[in-house]
Amino acid sequence: MAGSKKNYQMPMSLASRFNVISQCKKYGVPFWQCPQLLFLVMGVAIIVAMITTYIIGTMYDSDPETVVFVVLMLTVFLLILAYVITQSFERLAETNRLKSEFVSIVSHQIRSPLTNLKWIVELLMSGILGKIEDKQTEYFKILKENLERMQELVSELLTVSRIEATKLVFKCEEFSLENMARDLVVEFKPIAKSSNVRLDFEADKDIPQVYSDPFQILQVIENLLYNSIRYTNFPAANDTKERESGKVTINLRRKGNTVICEVSDNGIGIPDRDQKFIFQKFFRADNVRRYQASGSGLGLYICKSIIERSKGKIGFTSKEGVGTTFWFTLPIGPK
Amino acid sequence: MQKNILVIDDESALQKTLGEFLRTQNYNVISALDGELGIALAREKKPDLILLDLVMPKKNGFEVLKELKSDMATKIIPVIVLTNLSEMADIDKVLELGATTYLVKGDHALVDILQKVKFTLGEDDLG
Repeated sequence: MAGSKKNYQMPMSLASRFNVISQCKKYGVPFWQCPQLLFLVMGVAIIVAMITTYIIGTMYDSDPETVVFVVLMLTVFLLILAYVITQSFERLAETNRLKSEFVSIVSHQIRSPLTNLKWIVELLMSGILGKIEDKQTEYFKILKENLERMQELVSELLTVSRIEATKLVFKCEEFSLENMARDLVVEFKPIAKSSNVRLDFEADKDIPQVYSDPFQILQVIENLLYNSIRYTNFPAANDTKERESGKVTINLRRKGNTVICEVSDNGIGIPDRDQKFIFQKFFRADNVRRYQASGSGLGLYICKSIIERSKGKIGFTSKEGVGTTFWFTLPIGPK
Repeated sequence: MQKNILVIDDESALQKTLGEFLRTQNYNVISALDGELGIALAREKKPDLILLDLVMPKKNGFEVLKELKSDMATKIIPVIVLTNLSEMADIDKVLELGATTYLVKGDHALVDILQKVKFTLGEDDLG
């Protein structure tokens, strides 16, 4: 998503925040319906109303009806303005809803042909339909990998559209985060090994059960683990020194009424300038994007949404060239 | 003896690929490209297993499943729902209607489908 970099990386200055014309253009609403402009007008109207009321009140204190009339007129004007603002917000909300619905429909429609293609490639690669030459197998593998990337992107877009339409179903229950993390470490060990990364698990004694949707939390840990492994032992931009061998660790401990899960790595780290954007949709850090074309930049946004829905917190500490630790907390179960 | 599998799905490309693959695994595959034909073939052929899509013309998968499970002749045939819908509400609904299992097409390779088919037919003890 190189094209979207400008939108997400530039912090909005105070001047651009009050640049009504550019803000209105951004939302694609008529000028008279632009929330920024309307708020500005409303603010000015309130100040004018106060001053006018004061002036008229002091000038015509023998004629209170005039003062009441003027205040009433200004109140009516402010009410109309507030109504228009509400309408414009509703329109923006509706546009956003339609966008999410559109993404959802398109994603579903894309899934079918993608599945067909993936299965056809699998069938051809299996050799059931005839012998495949080595050179052909090589290209079939590339085709399969790219299809899987597209499927992953479609799946992430669907999750995002569900989050935005508040349709992400949560089935909360008590479960052992420790068991889940342990199982995932076993599952990810071969992937880590193939990337020359050592994967470890550490946990305090007697970690209590947490309360959330285990299916969603599984996705969060998978995502964090996958990122850590992927961006450890990775050729960073200005990294000429010989790197120590890759290491990723999951650590679990209790903290008050929560369980905190940390996924630490000694990977390429996140550049300081990129850190504040890391949970934004479609954002990918500069040092990663330069060397890794794949990746949608949706994973961490999804993680954050899931953890916040679970009444937990998520964050990270990172230093470029040294490593990153992502952490999240989940509330301990009621029992 | 070859077992019969009825695939009810309106995607002809999928019918061809999945059918071809299952035939190479020694199954007899019957295809139905819409829900109505699917119900008719289920009643007529009494397959050992049905693979059912949900979004289809004439009758959708939910209607097909409901009809199959309310008919004494087809009630006992196991049904694996094979679809690209992945909403929890859809999963809950088809399991409630009596489907044996629910698989999101995009999340599974052909060999995974084969494993589920074998398990459902009692030919493999791995789920």
